[in-house]
Amino acid sequence: MLSELGHLPMDFLLLAAAVTLASLGFIAGRLRAEQFSFNGDEHPNSRPNAHGYFVLMWSLVPVVLVGLGYTFFGEGTSRAILRSELPAGFSILSPGELTTYIETVARAARMPDFLSGERVFDTVTDRYGEIRGTLNLLTLLLACVLSFGGMVLARRSLSPAFRARQHVESGIEWFLFLCAALAIATTVGIVASLVFESMRFFAEVPVWDFLFGTRWNAQTSAEFGALPLFFGTFMISFLAMVVAAPVGLFAAIYLSEYASGRVRAIIKPLLEILAGIPTVVYGFFALLVIAPTVRTVALWINAQLIAWGLADGALLAAQPTSALAAGIVMGIMVIPFVSSLSDDVIRAVPQSLRDGAFAMGATKSEAIRQVVVPAALPGIIAALLLAVSRAIGETMIVVMAAGQRARISPDPTSDLTTITVQIVSLLTGESEFDSPKTLSAFALGLVLFLVTLVFNLVAITVVKRFREKYE
Amino acid sequence: MDGTRAENAAMGTGVLPDAPDASVRMSCRHINVFYSGKQAIYDVSLNIADRSVTALIGPSGCGKSTFLRCLNRMNDTIEGCRVEGEILMEGKDINSPSIDPVLLRSRVGMVFQKPNPFPKSIYENIAYGPRIHGLAEGREDMDEIVEKSLKRAGLWEEVKDRLTAAGTSLSGGQQQRLCIARAIAVRPEVILMDEPCSALDPIATARIEELIDDLRKRYCIIIVTHSMQQAARVSQRTAFFHLGALVEVGDTDQIFTSPRERRTEDYITGRFG
Repeated sequence: MLSELGHLPMDFLLLAAAVTLASLGFIAGRLRAEQFSFNGDEHPNSRPNAHGYFVLMWSLVPVVLVGLGYTFFGEGTSRAILRSELPAGFSILSPGELTTYIETVARAARMPDFLSGERVFDTVTDRYGEIRGTLNLLTLLLACVLSFGGMVLARRSLSPAFRARQHVESGIEWFLFLCAALAIATTVGIVASLVFESMRFFAEVPVWDFLFGTRWNAQTSAEFGALPLFFGTFMISFLAMVVAAPVGLFAAIYLSEYASGRVRAIIKPLLEILAGIPTVVYGFFALLVIAPTVRTVALWINAQLIAWGLADGALLAAQPTSALAAGIVMGIMVIPFVSSLSDDVIRAVPQSLRDGAFAMGATKSEAIRQVVVPAALPGIIAALLLAVSRAIGETMIVVMAAGQRARISPDPTSDLTTITVQIVSLLTGESEFDSPKTLSAFALGLVLFLVTLVFNLVAITVVKRFREKYE
Repeated sequence: MDGTRAENAAMGTGVLPDAPDASVRMSCRHINVFYSGKQAIYDVSLNIADRSVTALIGPSGCGKSTFLRCLNRMNDTIEGCRVEGEILMEGKDINSPSIDPVLLRSRVGMVFQKPNPFPKSIYENIAYGPRIHGLAEGREDMDEIVEKSLKRAGLWEEVKDRLTAAGTSLSGGQQQRLCIARAIAVRPEVILMDEPCSALDPIATARIEELIDDLRKRYCIIIVTHSMQQAARVSQRTAFFHLGALVEVGDTDQIFTSPRERRTEDYITGRFG
């Protein structure tokens, strides 16, 4: 009987309980409040609906809390109880084996009418089902009792003078705050884990060696000089901006100053589609199309230089994967960031400035070059900074097209590696989570986070100052 | 026939009594303006006298600003705007293909409703126009142009010690005088002013009005204004617009004391508008 309760669809039941009790609470509160209105001796502080929502709130919160508790701790609690009830004979199993055993039991218990034929296993499974059943039953009872209690208490506190609306609105405020807090708490949690794991790494490798060492060899030997990675990241971001800054800016000027409304309505969304292409698609585009082209061109340049007697040997590395290939494709990827944001800030420059320039006898290009773009410059710089921070954090393209070798080389056709690529290769595959090798990934992540944070902060501040100026 | 009627509307009622033809700086004939097919100006003909102030008055939306913007082809910058008719300046139609609006605007300057200094220094605001038109020979020449323009705009004494400060750091009235100085710096023949005082307080307004009175000795000035008192104070000739048509034009004294048209009288006595 109890073990059958173990198969209750708890999600559905808890949801149903929440809806039912909340509706009941609303009706109870509203009905009570309507009596005040009919008494007529004084004006109630709040409208009947506010009283209804107040009682609803106090009926709903307990169900939600119990439901959350059940979801997070239900399974763990029942397993712990089962483990404590197992007869002494089970002590020959190691803790790991015991966990696996209980896992199997739990899985078996979830199937209705499961019988293995093995007596001990079936008995344990049956017992586990009973524990689950009891827990389910208790949970439902608790939810209903608490909710009902909340409803009764809340209803009792109602009176014509009761400030129900204010209570409901502060309840809503709390709910909204919790949603915001959840996002912040997640961020704080991630940063905290980054910092914590990095501290463990720096306990073994000195910060100085990490930041300024020139030899990176985390996979095979313990060399953690991250400078080549910083260089690689910088190099590829720089190449990306060489592509994205002019193209994006000119596209933005065309869109905001020259394109007619109809052309703009077509081109701008098309440009923004670029931002929607998954970066892994960019990655194989880089690997299969751009990287071989870069290599072919580099080989041709080498051959020409030798043929003309300008060089003795190959000048360019001409690797099959190269910084240039990754940089070009990453530049294409961030064009929409630059163009879309710059277009917005250029359009935010007041028409009166353009009129002023035209009225002085400036041509269109003079007005744009000397008045409009300088006025929009802070916003354009912010757009570029956001694009840079996007490029620094980009992973897929560099994983596929930039190579794996950590080295400092100014030759854009040589392969090199970046912070993000190394993080991926450090954390994939079999590895323990407390070796310096894996911990170094957290230190790299921390550096990456700090750099992009600074870029974003600067960009946001610049944009804000610009907005204040014209509004 | 049509021409005669327009001639009457333009010149007949209020020509400067002894004005010789040479004193007509701009001559507009049968101007029609359409915004995306919707007509905003109906057959306006108007002569504008040199070295004097002409005020365009009328209720909101009567087309006086639109008309003003025809005179330096600023309407070209508005998508879907079409201008018909002739505007003669020294015998040439400014709308003909042989006239480049860019050069036209260096001859016909404009000051806007809201002060719109460029986001540059005070000096650079003035130097911008002369520089793009190559009016200055060198650094000293440019300094002289800047000083002269600021002096004519009555702003020199206030800003001579901080020419490198941002133009936007000035007060509203100073900004507007900066914009006037900027317009003067390219040596225009005509200065258009589109409600130049509407964003200013009474004291700043009084200064601009004094300035306008001063400038009329050298330039032909056309000013759009909402304030009839302002028109009466600064202008020699006044044109009254209503619903996109020119109702009456004449000496300012005559328009304000004995208007010929009933609508003009109603407007200036405050019965509508």
